[in-house]
Amino acid sequence: MKNLLEVSDLSVEYRTYEGTVAAVNGLGFSLAPGRTLGLVGESGAGKTTTALAVMGLVPSPPGVITSGEINFAGRNLLSLPEREMKKIRGNRISMIFQDPMTSLNPVVTVGLQISEAIAAHQNLSDKEAEDKAREMLEKVQIPGQRYREYPHEFSGGMRQRVVIAMALACNPALIIADEPTTALDVTIQAQVLELMRSLKEEFSTAMIMITHDLGVVGEVCDHVAVMYGGRIEETGSLERIFDGPRHPYTRGLFRCIPDIEEKTSEIRPIEGLMPDPLDLPKGCPFHPRCPEAMEICRTVIPPVSDDGGHRVMCHLYGKGGEDRG
Amino acid sequence: MLRYFIKRLMFLVPVLLGVSVLIFSIVHLAPGDPAEVMLGPSATQEEISNLREQLGLTKPLYVQYGIFLTNTLKGDLGRSIKSNAPVVEEILDRFPATLTLAVLGMIFAIVVGLPLGILAALRQNTWVDALCSFFALVGFSIPNFWVGLMLMLLLSIYIPILPSSGFDSWRNFIMPTIVLGIQTMAVIARMTRSSMLEVIRQDYVRTARAKGISDRLVLVRHILGNVMIPVVTIAGLYFGNMLGGVVITETIFSIPGLGRLIVDAIRAQDYPVVQGGVLFFALCVGIVNLMVDLLYAALDPRIKAQYRAAR
Repeated sequence: MKNLLEVSDLSVEYRTYEGTVAAVNGLGFSLAPGRTLGLVGESGAGKTTTALAVMGLVPSPPGVITSGEINFAGRNLLSLPEREMKKIRGNRISMIFQDPMTSLNPVVTVGLQISEAIAAHQNLSDKEAEDKAREMLEKVQIPGQRYREYPHEFSGGMRQRVVIAMALACNPALIIADEPTTALDVTIQAQVLELMRSLKEEFSTAMIMITHDLGVVGEVCDHVAVMYGGRIEETGSLERIFDGPRHPYTRGLFRCIPDIEEKTSEIRPIEGLMPDPLDLPKGCPFHPRCPEAMEICRTVIPPVSDDGGHRVMCHLYGKGGEDRG
Repeated sequence: MLRYFIKRLMFLVPVLLGVSVLIFSIVHLAPGDPAEVMLGPSATQEEISNLREQLGLTKPLYVQYGIFLTNTLKGDLGRSIKSNAPVVEEILDRFPATLTLAVLGMIFAIVVGLPLGILAALRQNTWVDALCSFFALVGFSIPNFWVGLMLMLLLSIYIPILPSSGFDSWRNFIMPTIVLGIQTMAVIARMTRSSMLEVIRQDYVRTARAKGISDRLVLVRHILGNVMIPVVTIAGLYFGNMLGGVVITETIFSIPGLGRLIVDAIRAQDYPVVQGGVLFFALCVGIVNLMVDLLYAALDPRIKAQYRAAR
């Protein structure tokens, strides 16, 4: 199938007074229509920056996209003028943000916040846009009568549903959800995820699910890409990654999940911290924390080795070392 | 909402009571004898004590205050010692000029200060920002009587295009408006700039941008709606300040307003006018604060909800 979104060699830097932060470094991935990609990684891995780059919303200054292409439905978004980008944002690609408590404007009614997205992209009268917005509210199980209420009159889970209604309002081809459930209670998390999944099916929307929660990935994603230090270390289908993670970092992530069946097994966290993005280590960014690091990892950025769509960026699997996968 | 309004109106009572005690004490503890001033240096001791008796100045201070308070509650602020006209009449006679001046000053402060602050924030760290911020800093730092004198020198003497005093045409109001409003303008510009910079970084502004709506709509609906809340607070607080500035401005430009009435009354030891005038100013400030509170509710639905809850 032809890909809806193809990102290649994307690099984003933040040029601050303290120095240049290399947030995303030569990143590439692709997504077919209607599919869901899980973008996984710790805080600071470059997940949100990647999402903002696709949206054309990298804050600038200090953000600068230094290389790459983002092809969406056959057009390179990075070469589009802002005027064209506005027609795509919220219409063809929309985004759900992390914290529903801060991502809605406190002084504008939720209804207007939804209908303005509709009005921006569709040639409708105010009344028609309002009716459509009420319809969207109903879709996320909020009574349409609450159109004129303000965000403070809604709970966290409801607000996130409003944000979802907003993102779906123009029936986009792609939704980028940036940790949509992280700020919610566990019980609400499940509801919101279920809602997103069913609406995604109904609208046959492709989705990039940004998360650090492998449980969420297992619930909703078809494909997984694991990010570390602004690169994708490992990517493949959900089954391949969950059944046979290859990169030491990915394996480390799975060991962080407690296993209910094996009560004796302990959670084994990955030693160390994310590298300082102001000063990424040479070679493989993960080598200072990697239990299997070799000499070559300190100096050479590992090549990508592809095993039938399951790609991994590690010297253990390329020419650099013997295959122990 | 109405109940909240009435409750806030009730809060004005203790405030005004406090002000009345303060102003009464200051006026009556100040050195100098109104009777002596009124009768001039040639008056005999007997004439003076007769007048003191007549004015009620021989009674104990707390009795005098009691009389003042009961009369005030009846809407009677006494009679001017100088002109013998009722103080209420004098105040109402002078108030329109002052109100016009204060409102014009506030309009000037907002109309100039708000765009200046918005522009500075939108062009943060550029020469536009530097220029706006410099202008605001200068406006805040220069004492307004000096601004008044310099404007007068420039626009009435060197390039005589505006009248330096009087109160008959709109041209009389141009310089006083600038003098009165310049400090508030500077404060509003600075507050708007910092509030803008804060709001621009908020998640909901990013959400708005992510919808692909126009930049103008993002600015007007999503940014300014939130920027206005702290700006209104500051503007309200400085309205009281401006009423103080009115005294200076009216004196410089010889405008027959409330400020000049009070200054003249202080010079003449016309204490009923001083008391009444200051009390009236306090009432004005109280009412403006109340209006600011109501404006808040209109701007911020969260505050409106609090008002509803706090009956």
